[in-house]
Amino acid sequence: MSVSLTTMAGLPAGMPFAGEASTVHAATGFASAAWLLVALPLLGAAVLLLGGHRTDKWGPLFATAMSWAAFVVGLGVFITLLGLSSEERALTVHLFNWVPAGQFQLEAGMLLDPLSIAFVLLVTFVGSLIHVYSLGYMEHDPDKRRFFAYLNLFVAAMLLLVLANSYLLVYVGWEGVGLASYLLIGFWNWNPPYASAANKAFVANRVGDVGMGLAIMAMFWQFGAVDFQTVNGAVAEANEGALTVIGLFLLLAACGKSAQFPLQSWLGDAMAGPTPVSALIHAATMVTAGVYLVVRSHAIFDGAPNAQLAVVIVGAITLVYGAIVGCAKDDIKKALAASTMSQIGYMMLAAGLGPVGYAFAIFHLLTHGFFKAGMFLGAGSVMHGMNDKVDMRGFGNLSSVMKITWVTFGLGWLAILGVPPFAGFWSKDKIIEAAFVGEGWRPWVFGLAALIGAGITAFYMSRLFFMTFQGEKRWPKDAHPHESPRTMTIPMMVLAVGSASLGLILGPTNGILHWLEPVVGAAEEEHPVIPVPALMAITLLVVAAGVALAWMRYWRDKVPTTAPVGSLLTRAARADLYQDQVNEGVFMRPGIHLTRALVFLDKRGIDGAAGGLAALIGGTSSRLRRVQNGLARSYALTMLIGVVVILGAVWVVQ
Amino acid sequence: MNQFPWLTVIGLIPLVGAVVLWLLPASLADRAKHIALGASLVTLVFAVAAALQFSTSSTSKFQLVEEHSWIPQFGVSYALGVDGIALSLILMSVILVPVCLLAAWNDLPAEEAHRERHYFALMLVLETFMVGVFAATDVFLFYVFFEAMLVPVYFLIGQFGGPRRQYAAVKFLLFSLAGGLIMLAAVIGLYVQGPGGADGFLLSKLAGIQLAPGTEKWLFLGFFIAFAVKAPMVPVHTWLPDAAAESRPATATLLVGVLDKVGTYGMIRFCLELFPGASQWATPVVITLALVSILYGALLAIGQTDLMRLIAFTSISHFGFIVLGIFAMTSTSWAGSSFYMINHGFSTAGLFLVAGMFISRRGSKRIPDFGGWQRVTPALAGVWLLVGLSGLALPGLGSFISEFLVLAGTFQRYQVVGVIATTSIILAALYILLMYQRTMTGPKPESAAGTPDISYREKWVVGPLIALFLILGFYPKPVLDMVTPAVTTILTSIHVTDPAPAVGAAEGSTK
Repeated sequence: MSVSLTTMAGLPAGMPFAGEASTVHAATGFASAAWLLVALPLLGAAVLLLGGHRTDKWGPLFATAMSWAAFVVGLGVFITLLGLSSEERALTVHLFNWVPAGQFQLEAGMLLDPLSIAFVLLVTFVGSLIHVYSLGYMEHDPDKRRFFAYLNLFVAAMLLLVLANSYLLVYVGWEGVGLASYLLIGFWNWNPPYASAANKAFVANRVGDVGMGLAIMAMFWQFGAVDFQTVNGAVAEANEGALTVIGLFLLLAACGKSAQFPLQSWLGDAMAGPTPVSALIHAATMVTAGVYLVVRSHAIFDGAPNAQLAVVIVGAITLVYGAIVGCAKDDIKKALAASTMSQIGYMMLAAGLGPVGYAFAIFHLLTHGFFKAGMFLGAGSVMHGMNDKVDMRGFGNLSSVMKITWVTFGLGWLAILGVPPFAGFWSKDKIIEAAFVGEGWRPWVFGLAALIGAGITAFYMSRLFFMTFQGEKRWPKDAHPHESPRTMTIPMMVLAVGSASLGLILGPTNGILHWLEPVVGAAEEEHPVIPVPALMAITLLVVAAGVALAWMRYWRDKVPTTAPVGSLLTRAARADLYQDQVNEGVFMRPGIHLTRALVFLDKRGIDGAAGGLAALIGGTSSRLRRVQNGLARSYALTMLIGVVVILGAVWVVQ
Repeated sequence: MNQFPWLTVIGLIPLVGAVVLWLLPASLADRAKHIALGASLVTLVFAVAAALQFSTSSTSKFQLVEEHSWIPQFGVSYALGVDGIALSLILMSVILVPVCLLAAWNDLPAEEAHRERHYFALMLVLETFMVGVFAATDVFLFYVFFEAMLVPVYFLIGQFGGPRRQYAAVKFLLFSLAGGLIMLAAVIGLYVQGPGGADGFLLSKLAGIQLAPGTEKWLFLGFFIAFAVKAPMVPVHTWLPDAAAESRPATATLLVGVLDKVGTYGMIRFCLELFPGASQWATPVVITLALVSILYGALLAIGQTDLMRLIAFTSISHFGFIVLGIFAMTSTSWAGSSFYMINHGFSTAGLFLVAGMFISRRGSKRIPDFGGWQRVTPALAGVWLLVGLSGLALPGLGSFISEFLVLAGTFQRYQVVGVIATTSIILAALYILLMYQRTMTGPKPESAAGTPDISYREKWVVGPLIALFLILGFYPKPVLDMVTPAVTTILTSIHVTDPAPAVGAAEGSTK
């Protein structure tokens, strides 16, 4: 059943292109059941949505079970892959003949390889934990069933996204997760700003989707196909200009989904969704799909250095942008959202660096999935205990009453800081090292951006941690903070263990590098422009400085309960560096004016010109009726005349 | 020729049903709609049976052919036959009619019950003409059905529509009339140029005739203008929003979902097949107009405050896509346009009919009169979102596949056009989601408390549509397999070949 990829791609045999497993096998045995990964959570969503109120009681548990079942299947596939030699770890599951349309021919299928399975495990494991957490968090919500249905829908769409073996099928998952995100951001859409936030997310994502659609069209135009295998095989013969165009379209798509500059504005507003959603979709999984897309398309980017440079620039801008915004936010969720944006900026930057960065982009994506999800769940736990308040200026000293939340959050905090031996130290610092690799101006610009970003990250995350858990109580009078129930704290503990240990498991062993090597290729030994030990020391120093500064201002000093006016930069950062104002000024307001003008024109201009009807039927209603009755009769007459005229003409001709 | 006359029978059943309704004794008048629904369902069964006779591997251009001399003195034949494109449109029509009848079940208040039989009979008559117009393979016969269709629609709008129904009906009529007259001239001109004789109006006699370039252009224009009015394209679109806004939702569905398809279907069947040279000549202008329609329709939809008008404008945008795909002339874009016609029918039906359910509950079709209805009728709101997502071509739903194929096929030939057209998906998200936000989200309106959620009958209206969205999104193969041979046949006959990919690796994809 195995088909050699190289012969299919028309390349000389024995010349596999870098980084691709040289053969792709049809999956057999357990792996051929991988379609269950998508089907199970989809079934959960369908049962809950179609079953209606009948499923209110057991629906949430059923959905949680479906998610765990998907995890079990994922684990089975993972073990199957482990049992194969690393060159053989690429299995396809053929599903059905999907779009047979003239020149465009496409089969629906899944690709099980180290990259997709890494995502499957992340999505199903973190996703299932968050299902469990939500059992507690959403316990009293009247629409709990609908919430779980949407969560299942999300898991199904996300798994489809990462398992698809063609770009068009990726697109289905891609917008599927966007839909789930829209539904969950707007879950409490009786509150008008929340409904607007949902729309904003969907529309910003659609801007990215334009890029996705165009990338796929450009592939079809260039290669005559849109499945990974053919596209990757054809890249070697494609010209660089075309690859650059495709790469830039893909980057646009990634910017939308991953909230990268300049399409970042929706992520902060997306915090309108219930906190488990923020943890799962808007931190751990969906927003990292852009990184997945770039790494999955590495063959295209490897052949298009300019597109790669664009990816790095976008990543660098976003990581600094997000970090600056994160420093000024008092809303705990929005600060975490800014941090997510910034951390994904790191991943993008790494993905744009090419083979030296792909594996670290995915590595950081995995560790970030754990520690950020954990911190979001911690934030949810804090909100749960504080009457859904999110303003950190009204927190402080919560460590005294929420021990588990404090400790688990603290482990996440250490992980994102990059303190050894916690997760971020292994993944983020590797990205900083990789950013310093290269020649000319690039290592200095991108390396310094990554390094400075690490310092700012240390500052704003410590600020968040200290303002929430340390210092003095600044609780509102009616607040009686308490620890959350077990359904919530257990997932937090599990994620905290991951935050602490995942880096240690995958980092020093080079496990992640070896695991991903069949997909992205082996990186050559590279040397940063600053020696590695020195770089590590500098990074730790910068981080320590960030923490110290935060300690002085937000633990040692008294934190005012209302935000001070702040410097020009603080005010700009608080307003997300005026992203909304720019979007409104440049796109929304002109758009509204254009629409209004067109509506007016359509009524007056085009309609009027198209036959002078307005004048003709402008009279009173009685006159109108006369005209109308007359017309009806004359219409019948005209039709008759028409037929007669045709026949008459024919007769004359004959 | 001695086989069962499937197409005639499919066309006749609704007509018989309509006659029965009109002749119905007063004592049975309250059964009128049941009879109508029954007739439309029998039609559907026959259409499905006919479709099963259809072979996707046949080498003949038309199948289920019936050909009889009708008025040989004038060259007119009663000739029916379908290729995959026509058959899929007929199937879509006969699926939509029972759905619409069910949606129109309670359209008339009790005091107007005596008009019910007339209302339902008109829709059945319309169904007859719809089948005829897609099945006709004689140009004259096509013209007769093309014009005859207007009559039931005119009465459906003018007698059963909203407050400004007369204005709308007249406007609809005038535009159609103008288009029809121009086409009339072209039909005569075509016959004159053709071989003539007792069956001189047959398509098979007219296809491939040699025309002087000037003549070909004039004849092309005659047909094209009529079809552009029908389709409707900017700038001859202004009748549609009024007609749709003043129609009952079921009428609007049949008008926009089926009738307007005659325009785009006609472009393929007549403009491209009969006048390939002139079509190439007109391509730059038509593609520009299609692009304008796509963007203009979408922008106007965003600016509407009337639900029905909004949906009508989305259709103008969608018809722009269909025309774009037709004139991009690649096998991919044609498969896309043919499939788009089907998906648009179901999608628009969903939008109009569900909007109708809200309108009948609220007593208003103005968007500002809604808000917060998700809290009032949650299930219906969910359905509303789903049909909206079909309208914005969400991947996973049928409309996505067709829109993507149109764009991908267009992009092969005209990259800049492809890029511009693709940006309209942002506008699509805006017009649908803003509509949903304004009608469904926000605090629960106290005035609407106690409004019933989706009823059993309404579930039967939306159920088939939603099922079709999903089936055609995940398994579009049956329809694509039906239309693709027709697409290939026509493109080959007019000597159009697909652009080849830059890197010849296309073989790998079909494994």
